[in-house]
Amino acid sequence: MRPAFDEMRANSDTVREHYRGYDRWLAQQPVDVMLSRREEAEVIFRRVGITFAVYGAKDEDGHGNERLIPFDLIPRVIPSHEWVEMEKGLAQRVAALNRFIHDVYHDQEIIKAGHVPAEQILKNAQFRPEMMGVDVPGGIYSHISGIDIIRAANPDGSGGYYVLEDNLRVPSGVSYMLEDRKMMMRLFPELFSQHRVAPVAHYPDLLLETLRSVAPPSVNEPTVVVLTPGMHNSAYFEHAFLAQQMGIELVEGQDLFVKDNFVYMRTTQGPKRVDVIYRRVDDDFLDPEAFRKDSTLGCAGLLRAYRAGNVTLSNAIGTGVADDKSIYPYVPKMIEFYLGEKPILNNVPTYLCREAEDLKYVMANLHELVVKEVHGAGGYGMLIGPAATKAEIEDFRKAVMANPSGYIAQPTLSLSTCPTYVDSGIAPRHIDLRPFVLSGKEVQMVPGGLTRVALKEGSLVVNSSQGGGTKDTWVLEA
Amino acid sequence: MLSRTADHLFWMARYMERAENTARMLDVNYQASLLPQAADAAEKGWKGLLGISELTGDFAKHYGAVTPDNVMHYMVSDAANGSSIRNCLQAARENARAVRGTLTTEVWETQNQTWLEFQRMVANDSFLRDPSSMFEWVKFRSHLSRGVTVGTMLQDEAFHFLRIGSFLERADNTARLLDVKFHAVESEYYGGTNGSSGSGKDIEVDFYHWSGILRSVSGFEVYRKAYRNVIRPEKVAELLILRPDMPRSLAACMQEVVTNLKMVANEQSADTLRRAGRLQADLQYGRIDEILATGLHAYLTQFLDRVGTLGVGISRDFLVPVAA
Repeated sequence: MRPAFDEMRANSDTVREHYRGYDRWLAQQPVDVMLSRREEAEVIFRRVGITFAVYGAKDEDGHGNERLIPFDLIPRVIPSHEWVEMEKGLAQRVAALNRFIHDVYHDQEIIKAGHVPAEQILKNAQFRPEMMGVDVPGGIYSHISGIDIIRAANPDGSGGYYVLEDNLRVPSGVSYMLEDRKMMMRLFPELFSQHRVAPVAHYPDLLLETLRSVAPPSVNEPTVVVLTPGMHNSAYFEHAFLAQQMGIELVEGQDLFVKDNFVYMRTTQGPKRVDVIYRRVDDDFLDPEAFRKDSTLGCAGLLRAYRAGNVTLSNAIGTGVADDKSIYPYVPKMIEFYLGEKPILNNVPTYLCREAEDLKYVMANLHELVVKEVHGAGGYGMLIGPAATKAEIEDFRKAVMANPSGYIAQPTLSLSTCPTYVDSGIAPRHIDLRPFVLSGKEVQMVPGGLTRVALKEGSLVVNSSQGGGTKDTWVLEA
Repeated sequence: MLSRTADHLFWMARYMERAENTARMLDVNYQASLLPQAADAAEKGWKGLLGISELTGDFAKHYGAVTPDNVMHYMVSDAANGSSIRNCLQAARENARAVRGTLTTEVWETQNQTWLEFQRMVANDSFLRDPSSMFEWVKFRSHLSRGVTVGTMLQDEAFHFLRIGSFLERADNTARLLDVKFHAVESEYYGGTNGSSGSGKDIEVDFYHWSGILRSVSGFEVYRKAYRNVIRPEKVAELLILRPDMPRSLAACMQEVVTNLKMVANEQSADTLRRAGRLQADLQYGRIDEILATGLHAYLTQFLDRVGTLGVGISRDFLVPVAA
């Protein structure tokens, strides 16, 4: 494994050009000032209630299972020309993914053309036969896509961006992106007068515009709502935050009902029709009539109303078929197939354990690979070979052999690092990036995204549920 | 707006108001306990306070002796007491959290910070060293909560349900306070024909009793200004029941409830509005001598019933989701 690419320093003496201004500024800051800023940030996050819930956890201070996501003071900086390329690549990738989902639920040309094996799609647990032949407004399925990107060192020492994962169901984290920026501007206003940092605060506006643009065509002034599983959900803060920022209702399943295939919410002035639902509830729980019978988070009859074209769900039902880890290796082919273009963003090379050749290679090289459960999320169900014990590797070997098609493997690309405040001072920690791509009448995004950082030394797991933190992400304007 | 949202707003405001009124009553009792007085008189004050919240039985079960520290602990920080300030502030905060998107950032942060700071303040019962400053703090957090609501929120339905919650709760709390305090005195000083008997000692006792009630509703200076007279029980009752310009009186509270209810009226709320309007009219055109003639306790009991019915009506018409 090559040494990780550091975002800030080319080597111990040289700071990369786009970090020089920040580095000069940082060198002038007294240590105690930075420490007190750090405490201030924590107090403010606590007061504002920017928390997430850890399932099953409980703490002593009476905050229940609400936790703060650690926020790091040192921003992740992306130079303008890199973002310009990435933005093009993201728009291209998401466009192809949307075409793919439409194809899967209509003519399945990509299967007929032999690019993706039929059973990979049709037998996928995320494939929803209920969606076959259903037309959605504009043919757009994934209106909000979170594309996880990492940077790894190339042999020549430069850093290359790779897409690690597509999140097309209910990607979260955008509220931290917005709050991190707010916090940075509050703590260090002078930094923003010294740097031309592209703003991100208009994201909720773009989101609302996107949601309105995919309303059922017959509706002139669509009523848009956010559907949340409720305040005990880990991302409740974000649901409430986005609803508030967009000025729309935050509803729970119990607030909705379906009558004559139209969706209504119960209000103090009687029932009111709902046209677009930005749902933060998984497919399985959306409609007890169609999916899980025991769900109390959804609304009975929602699928009927949806299939009748009387309400838009965002994201659409069944997008999971395209962000599954077993479909991921085929995305570059999709881009060529649907758009006739060369992929701008690279995939990480991926071995499919379901293929005999690949399985053999994976079994022989477990200690060097990252092995992932195809349906896993949040960093669970994952083996990081170089960091694992012999016993862990052997356990995984058995698990993979028992169900090869449930796993993929990738070379251990060392995520790039960025200087980060830790107990002992400032040290490099691994980071990734999740830009949020909005697809409605057009594809839009705000510059940058959410940078997550693995706070444990050497750790490559950036998920907040496993000790990850966040950083403000700066795209410097040219 | 969503019925569920209105429900959370209504209860957020009620719990905050309840926390404030509990702090007010505790403070007055605590201040009174610093005056030289017989042990049984002091105990009576604390018992009365438990009676106001209908908690005498529950307290006896868990604490036994009615001592200032016991009652204050029970009413301030005891998590097992559903009416403790602790639980009111937590409930206010949880209700706010459930609808934080409907609140302005300032309103939410106020509720959240109140709860976070409160937990620090009551850790280890340290507040017992200086209870008054804690009560003062609760009062000011409540002022802040209302102020930030009035100062930052759009005056839409959300605002009106918050106001309805505040004033319905305050009407209830003021009525309870009056009832218990007058009840306590009736037996000894006020039960007779025409108020206090006139001896110097009684006048002194009376003064502290009635001024205590007034202080608990921030009404002492208001009384002096309004009546320019010595503290007379019937005037105290008049001030706290009928004066429309006294912000914690029953009349003023009902005026606010009616005004805000009108703003949110819907197709099924006619009867609730009628009841609220009638209750307000009774206060607007009532006279204190009539009220005292029928008996203050009976009057206040009936008032509390009517406020209770009103709460049920509001809940049915607006807050609890109606079947499709």
